[in-house]
Amino acid sequence: MAATQDSPLEQGPLAWLQALPLALIFGVFFVVPLVLTVIVSVWNYDEYQIIPDITSRNYVEAFEGCLSQLPALCTTLKTYATTLRISITVWAITLVLGFAVAYFLAFHVRSQTMQMALFLVCTIPFWTSNVIRMISWIPLLGRNGLVNQTLEGAGLIGSPIEWLLFSEFSVILAFVHLYTLFMIVPIFNSMMRIDRALIEAAYDAGASGWQTLWNIIVPLTKPGIVIGSIFVITIVMGDFITIGVMGGQQIASAGKLINTHMGALQFPPAAAHAVILLATVLVIIWGLTRILDIRKEL
Amino acid sequence: MKGAALELVAVTKRYGDTVAVDTIDLKVPAGDYCCLIGPSGCGKTSTLRMIAGHESVSAGDIILGNANVTLLPPARRGTAMMFQSYALFPHLSVLDNVAFSMKMAGAPKAERHAKAAQLLGLVDMGKYAQRLPAQLSGGQQQRVALARALITEPQILLLDEPLSALDPFLRVKMRAELKRLQKELGISFIHVTHGQDEAMALADLIVVMNNGRIEQRGTPPQIFTKPATEFVARFIGGHNVLPGEGCKIAVRTDRTQVGRLNGQGLAAGALEARIRDVEYQGTYVQLGLASDAASELIATVPEEAFFADPLNPGDRVSVSWRPADAHRLADPITV
Repeated sequence: MAATQDSPLEQGPLAWLQALPLALIFGVFFVVPLVLTVIVSVWNYDEYQIIPDITSRNYVEAFEGCLSQLPALCTTLKTYATTLRISITVWAITLVLGFAVAYFLAFHVRSQTMQMALFLVCTIPFWTSNVIRMISWIPLLGRNGLVNQTLEGAGLIGSPIEWLLFSEFSVILAFVHLYTLFMIVPIFNSMMRIDRALIEAAYDAGASGWQTLWNIIVPLTKPGIVIGSIFVITIVMGDFITIGVMGGQQIASAGKLINTHMGALQFPPAAAHAVILLATVLVIIWGLTRILDIRKEL
Repeated sequence: MKGAALELVAVTKRYGDTVAVDTIDLKVPAGDYCCLIGPSGCGKTSTLRMIAGHESVSAGDIILGNANVTLLPPARRGTAMMFQSYALFPHLSVLDNVAFSMKMAGAPKAERHAKAAQLLGLVDMGKYAQRLPAQLSGGQQQRVALARALITEPQILLLDEPLSALDPFLRVKMRAELKRLQKELGISFIHVTHGQDEAMALADLIVVMNNGRIEQRGTPPQIFTKPATEFVARFIGGHNVLPGEGCKIAVRTDRTQVGRLNGQGLAAGALEARIRDVEYQGTYVQLGLASDAASELIATVPEEAFFADPLNPGDRVSVSWRPADAHRLADPITV
C-alpha cells in the first residue's frame, strides 16, 4: 500500500467493521481449525484417550524407519511418492487438455452463446454425485466391461485388460475426468483478457501459429495456468475417496493415511500427517509461484 | 529501406451480403504519405487491413512494387502495420517487442537486439529499452510500435488511426514526427484516420472514402479548394453547400461574406439570413447563420473585421460571395 493512503487504523472503527465479516469467516473456518490441527499433532495418545502434551512422537512415528531403510523407501515416503506421481500425472494431463479446450473456447468459438453452451458441457461431470459417477466407471472399465468386450470383439486383445479398473490408470482417468474443468476455467479467463490485436500483431511480424502460441499466448496465460495448477494439485494431493474407490482400495495415498488414523480415532497421528501433507502442498505451491508472481499478474 | 508503389485494382470486400469496399482502384506512388479518410464504416479500415493481409480480398488485386501480394501472408508482403492501440506485447520488454519479428525469423539474439536498439534510437526511445510497455506513456508506446513495425524494413507502413489514442496536444506533436520520419525513410505511409485536419497536415495524397467507394483523391489543396461532391465538401469542412444553377455549389466559409442589412434590398445573388450564434475562435470569429435557402450556413470572419462592426445573434444579414468563389459540385439538386 502506498504511504500516502490512510491505514485502516487511522480511518477509525468503520474500516475495521467492514473487514470484520471476512475476518470472522477466515478465522473461524480456516485459522482456528488449522491451529487446532497443529496443536493436536503434538499431543500424545494411547488406546483409550488423547493426552494433551508436547511430544514429537507422531512425527517420529510417521517417518519411522525412513532413514534406516534407505535406499528403500519407508511406508510414508512410498505413500507420498505414489501420491506425488498421481498428482503430477493428473496435473500434466489436465494442463494439456484444459489448455487445449480453453484455447478452442477462447479463440475458435466466436459467439458468446456458443461459448456458454460449451462451457456448460464441460461441467457435465459435476451433474451427478461422486459415488454414482465412480460406480458408473465399473460397467465401462471392468473386466467384462464395455471397453474390454469391444476390444475382444474386435479381436484386438485375447484376454481382458486387467489394468483398466482398480488401478492407477483408473484413478488418473477419474481425476482427469473431473478436474480438467478446474484448469479450463482459469486458463480460459486469462485467455479472454488477451487483446486480439496482439495475435494479429504477431501474425504481422511473421510468427507462425505455433510461434504465436508459444511466444504470446502461453506467457500471457501463465496466471491462469498457475491458478489451475494449484487447484488440481491441492485437490489431488489431499484426495482419498477417488483414489480409494477407483484404486480398489489397493493404492495408498497421503489422504488415505490420515483417513486410516481418523478411522482408528487416533487423532494426534492423523493431525501430524495432515500437517506433513499441508507442508508438502505448500512447498509445491511455493514452487509454482516462483514461476510467476500471481499477485502481480492479477 | 526502399519504398515501392502500391496499386489496388478493383479491390472489393464483402461480408456476407454487405459490401464494405466496392471495387476501388488506387495508385499510391513510392514514397508518398497517403491518408485514407472518411466517416466510420466507410471502408477505409477494411481497405487498410486488406493491404496489410489481415483481411482477405473478396475480389481484385493488390500490387506492391512488381509483385502481386493479394494472397501472400502479411510478413511476406513487404508491408508492416501499426495498430490502433499499438498492440505491444505486454510481457515483453521494449527491446524484445521491437526485436520480435526478427526472433520469429530465427535471427540470433545479439543481432536482433543490436538492430532493435538501432531502431529504438531512430524513434528516440533508446533509453527505455528495458521497460515494459505498461511503464510507458501513450506517446512512448506509439514510438515503440513504430520501431517494431519498421524493423521488418517494410516498403510500405500501414497505420490504423495511429493518433486517436493520444490527447490533442500530443497528437499534433506526434503527427509532425510521423511526417518527419516518413520523409527520412522515404517509404510510403498509408494512414487511416477520420480526422480531416490530420489528413490535411500529413498527406501528399488524400483519399476520401464513403460507402465503400472512393469519393475523391488529390493533394490537400486540391481536396480543399475543389471538393468534387457535397459529401467531400461537408466532410473536409470549411465549406457551405448551397443550391446553385443546375447543381449544388460549395463556398468556403472564409469566402462567405456577411453584411449587415440596413433596410436596403438584397444585392443580386445574395441570401438573407439571421445570425444564430457567434463563436470567438481567436484569429477569426465563426458566425452560425440561419437561412431559408440552406439549412446551415457558417461564415468565418477575421477577428479585426468582426470587431470593427460586431454582429449579435438575432441580427439580420445578407450573405454573399464572389462568383469566382462558388465551386460547382457534382451533385444535382434534389427537390
